Amino acid sequence: MSNSTLTPALKTVPTAPAPRRKFAVWFRDKGWRHLVGLVMGVFALFPLAYVLSAALSPTGTLVSASGLFGTIEFDNFVNLFSDPQKPFAKWFVNTLVVGLITSAGTVFLGALAAYSFSRMRFTGRRFGLMSLMLLQMFPQMLGVVAIFLLLSGISDVVPWLGLGSQTGLIMVYLGGALGVNTYLMYGFFNTVPKSLDEAARIDGASHIQIFFTIILRLVTPILAIVGLLSFITATGEFLIASIVLNDPDTQTLAVGLYSFVGDSQSRTWGVFSAGAVLAALPVMVLFLFLQRFISSGLVAGAVKG
Amino acid sequence: MVDQLDTPVRSDIPAPKTKPRRSPDSTAGLLAKILLLGLTDAFAVYVLMALFMNEKWTILAVATAVTVLINWIYLRRGGLPAKYLAPGVLFLLVFQVFVVVYSGYIAFTNYGDGHNSTKDDAISSISMSAQKRIPDSPAYQVSVVEKGDVLSLLVTDPDGGVRIGTTGEPLADVDGAELGSTGKAVGAEGYRTLTFNELLGAQQEITAIQVPLGEDLDEGILQTADGSNAYVFKPVLVYDEAADTFTDTESGAVYTDGGEGSFITADGERLATGWKVGVGFENFERAFTDPDLRGPLVSVILWTFAFALGSVLLCFGLGLFLALTFNHPNLRGKKIYRTVMILPYAFPAFLAGLVWSGMLNQEFGFINASLFGGADIPWLTDPWLAKFSVLLVNTWLGFPYMFLVCTGALQSLPEDVNEAARMDGASAWRIFRSIKLPLLLVSTAPLLISTFAFNFNNFNVIFMLTGGGPRFSDTNMDIGATDLLITLVYKVAFGQGSGRDYGLASALAVIIFIIVAVISAVSFRQTKALEEVNS
Repeated sequence: MSNSTLTPALKTVPTAPAPRRKFAVWFRDKGWRHLVGLVMGVFALFPLAYVLSAALSPTGTLVSASGLFGTIEFDNFVNLFSDPQKPFAKWFVNTLVVGLITSAGTVFLGALAAYSFSRMRFTGRRFGLMSLMLLQMFPQMLGVVAIFLLLSGISDVVPWLGLGSQTGLIMVYLGGALGVNTYLMYGFFNTVPKSLDEAARIDGASHIQIFFTIILRLVTPILAIVGLLSFITATGEFLIASIVLNDPDTQTLAVGLYSFVGDSQSRTWGVFSAGAVLAALPVMVLFLFLQRFISSGLVAGAVKG
Repeated sequence: MVDQLDTPVRSDIPAPKTKPRRSPDSTAGLLAKILLLGLTDAFAVYVLMALFMNEKWTILAVATAVTVLINWIYLRRGGLPAKYLAPGVLFLLVFQVFVVVYSGYIAFTNYGDGHNSTKDDAISSISMSAQKRIPDSPAYQVSVVEKGDVLSLLVTDPDGGVRIGTTGEPLADVDGAELGSTGKAVGAEGYRTLTFNELLGAQQEITAIQVPLGEDLDEGILQTADGSNAYVFKPVLVYDEAADTFTDTESGAVYTDGGEGSFITADGERLATGWKVGVGFENFERAFTDPDLRGPLVSVILWTFAFALGSVLLCFGLGLFLALTFNHPNLRGKKIYRTVMILPYAFPAFLAGLVWSGMLNQEFGFINASLFGGADIPWLTDPWLAKFSVLLVNTWLGFPYMFLVCTGALQSLPEDVNEAARMDGASAWRIFRSIKLPLLLVSTAPLLISTFAFNFNNFNVIFMLTGGGPRFSDTNMDIGATDLLITLVYKVAFGQGSGRDYGLASALAVIIFIIVAVISAVSFRQTKALEEVNS
């Protein structure tokens, strides 16, 4: 592998004196990489450090937010949990509920579909795969008006499934459960040798037994990836959630935390930052924990900005 | 992973002739199946009954058909694929396919504030809302009584008769009325009279009760403000069914059906409540001809492309540069660098937008206050700087993904080509440009396309960071320099300022559909990604 791909950038390196020779070689080979790493590290970490510092800052306003980690107090976290108008704890639970059910449903529905696409041959199979690929090009949020009207129609008939309900929101999210997820899983299912199925069938296993006891166990990595990605998507989704969940008690973190900013941004900044830290921390920890799997899943085709 | 499919396909489903010798399902499986199907059917029956009660006949028919179809799929012997596909496809059909079709339909209507139901509903709503108390009308003594959840007025006529009625149900005689000491009826059999405290607590519900005096609405309706005295109100606007017009009883103005979903006078005065009608291509025409919308819309479309393309290039460029930088066989701390680079990707995107909006705040933000020593740089309020800021933040969010992808792709490049090129005396830059980059592009092209499509509709970053602002000065609508098409749709449909216009918003969404569809069709043809499907 070439180590000096970007040499033109290094004109300023001192070269002349003999003892410095060694340094120049080191810098050309590795040193500049550390420099890039440092600069990019600051760029990547800075906003995170800033929000943590704002969360721990005692005054909690945007004005005072200059100077990182000047003083550390936990007032913002206390305030975060004490405003009945903005029930942060409830939002947190709501987000977990919506995220977990959505990701479990997505994994299950996607796995069922991927199994049939991968293991069975039927009329309309190719058409089905093609339609899924085309449909995933149309993000659900484009149809937000139609979703709103559809759910308000459902509200007239079954109120707990319609506008304002988390069940309604979850159903909307599950509408996008196939699509890219089926594709990811389909590819992975294909890597499991079919001879395993056949052997099991000869032993008298039914298709449902093969699915649950053989296939699903062998494809666990991709199930984890799809589950995690759809959890992250569902918990970070704002547009549809803000339309569907109109009562503070049912809202998710994305919708709720947004209400902290806006006109009074400079006043509630500290409390918002505390909320942001608490909201982001679990996801980030999970992410780092599962980093290796995620990278391979991403390369297989999932997207985020 | 795809090649396996190219081998001649052996049917994995047992052919019909080899009938299963043993029951395909175990007892537990059979029980689970019965239980699940039973639950589904119970739910279906519940929904069907609710639909029946609400008299939604079309949906009832569709829902019945779906219920029958589901049962047929799971009760018959064959058709295994359908059994696995049905649940996901059902959600997909309702919440994605139907939504797309329905958006298309709404785009051709005037659906929105003031136009959200049928003409009949609009007529009764207008008749009911424009009520005026008749001067010198007699006072009726009333008690508010409750049966189930419905509040009724128990009315004592000025001449002593006792009748009862509620919203939509004209006054009718009542049996077994219980009279108070003043001769006012205070209770009736089967009804519970509200206490004084309850009256105070239910003010709004009580003032909303409108009891027609007779079958004919023109006789007037009874309304009460305090729950003890009611007066006769009559509609100011009277509907004439034969002529299909509303007449204002005071000014004498005549409102006729203007053909555009509302009643309108000859002078162009319009009643606020209208109904939904098809308007053909009017919404699309408006998007490109309305002076309030035309100019800004073109800017928004151009910026949407610029933003999506810019985001992909910046993220990919930076990600690739970093991947090359850290792809050194023995670089110390490589793992730490990689972990740090991934962190922005793990941070929720909507929070990132909000956090950066605080940091970039012109007066109080950290960037101006501390990094630039109290400078007054309008990061989010100057049109060009706002565009720059949006791209900067999106790069912060997006480069880790490209870094991961490029690292993966780099590591899978064949080393021997590289060696051969070096033997031939190619420079590092030459090797990168002529060998590595083309190979990388082949494997990452589909990802670049889908990233482009994603950023084309990247709602969160824009909405949380600038809210689309700063606003254009040449329009009255809430459109700004960093608005993408998707944020524009959201503002038109659910915005705070002007009224909600679902028709126009859906028309804009349809325009986006078309743009995205054309782009993806063209780019898929280019990358031949569809070939993967042709197994």
